[in-house]
Amino acid sequence: MSSVSVFGLCAAAAVGLGLYGLITNPQPLRKIVAFNLLGSGVFLLFGIVGRRGAAAGVGNDPVPQALVITGIVVAFSATALAIALLLRLFHAAGSTTLSSRAPTSPRSDPSGG
Amino acid sequence: MSIATVFEVALAAVVLGLAIWTIAVPETYSATVGFVAYGLLVALIWVRLDAVDVALTEAAIGGGLGGVVLLGAAARLRDAEATAAERPDRFTRLIAAILSASIAAALGLAILILPDHAPTLAPVVAANAGATGMANPVTNVLMAFRGMDTMLEKVVLLLTVVGVWSLASDRAWGGRPGPHHEADPHGVLAFLARLLPPAGIVVGIYMLWTGADHPGGAFQGGAVLASMWLLAIMAGLADTPPVSSRWLRFILVAGPGLFLVVGLGGLCFGAAFLAYPVAFAKPLILGIEVAMVLTIAATLALLLAGAPERNA
Repeated sequence: MSSVSVFGLCAAAAVGLGLYGLITNPQPLRKIVAFNLLGSGVFLLFGIVGRRGAAAGVGNDPVPQALVITGIVVAFSATALAIALLLRLFHAAGSTTLSSRAPTSPRSDPSGG
Repeated sequence: MSIATVFEVALAAVVLGLAIWTIAVPETYSATVGFVAYGLLVALIWVRLDAVDVALTEAAIGGGLGGVVLLGAAARLRDAEATAAERPDRFTRLIAAILSASIAAALGLAILILPDHAPTLAPVVAANAGATGMANPVTNVLMAFRGMDTMLEKVVLLLTVVGVWSLASDRAWGGRPGPHHEADPHGVLAFLARLLPPAGIVVGIYMLWTGADHPGGAFQGGAVLASMWLLAIMAGLADTPPVSSRWLRFILVAGPGLFLVVGLGGLCFGAAFLAYPVAFAKPLILGIEVAMVLTIAATLALLLAGAPERNA
């Protein structure tokens, strides 16, 4: 098996694992981690397809590489925004549950926001 | 099997094991630690795929800064772990497992049966490298051939900072982001925060400069500069600037602003939006990259610091 197929199967598994964790794990932070895992698998699939496009003395098609670099930075900024929302939710509600049924004890937020 | 193949299979197995650990382990903190290790090993996979530019980005941003964000959140949310114990029932988990497994199987199958003559844009990129005077094909694509993507991505970064800042409570608006860090002034952290930044700043600038012809560039250099700044902040040697400060806002808009100005210049005096005149292509791109590296470093560090919490 070539390196492309070994890493390709690994990337496909990462996408599957990330999706499973995103659906089944109730904690928002774990969902964010799982979503990052899913995204990392998608980026790797991109890189593997680009590796097959090696030509003209370049080991990996530079166009998907550039797209993945942009994608990694955007994924990081989206993660940071999601974490900031989560910390704000924890600060305002005293818990991070996403369930509407769960008994939460809303803490009075003196800052009013 | 050659040694290289053995190494690749072992690397893929460890990465897969870490991915399973990240999803399956009960404690959130262990899961985030597993994800950081996963990100660093994925960077090795990128090196094996001959994509060193991506490997540098993945190690610096995906594994490094992303790991700091996740670990920091996991540490702050430790108390919340016990209250949120509503796992979905067995039936939902079974359906999710079937769905995920079939998507993974379909993707794996698609990778295995891809046609032999893969479409590629590498020859086109190589043929047009002379138009910019830079030898690194990835930088050429990022800054010139697909410059629009990179410019819009800078706008996304700016919008994310606006989004994070707008989560501040009314009282803290205009204040400094994140908690105030205090470390032992004679401890290891403070020692490293004095020792590493001089070398780290040089490395970051070198990565930016060498990105024209070799792997590297504004993203990787910016991430290194951001981590040096964060190290000084976490050791208590520096403080995050108040979000109302004018110079900070100027740096945040410098990268996308200059990019936009050069792009509009191309529209007025050249062929199209973001069309660089061939004679000035390299100086223009380097100028944009210098503004971008400052913007990226400030943005990444501020995204890590979070919403304003304290008054200036």
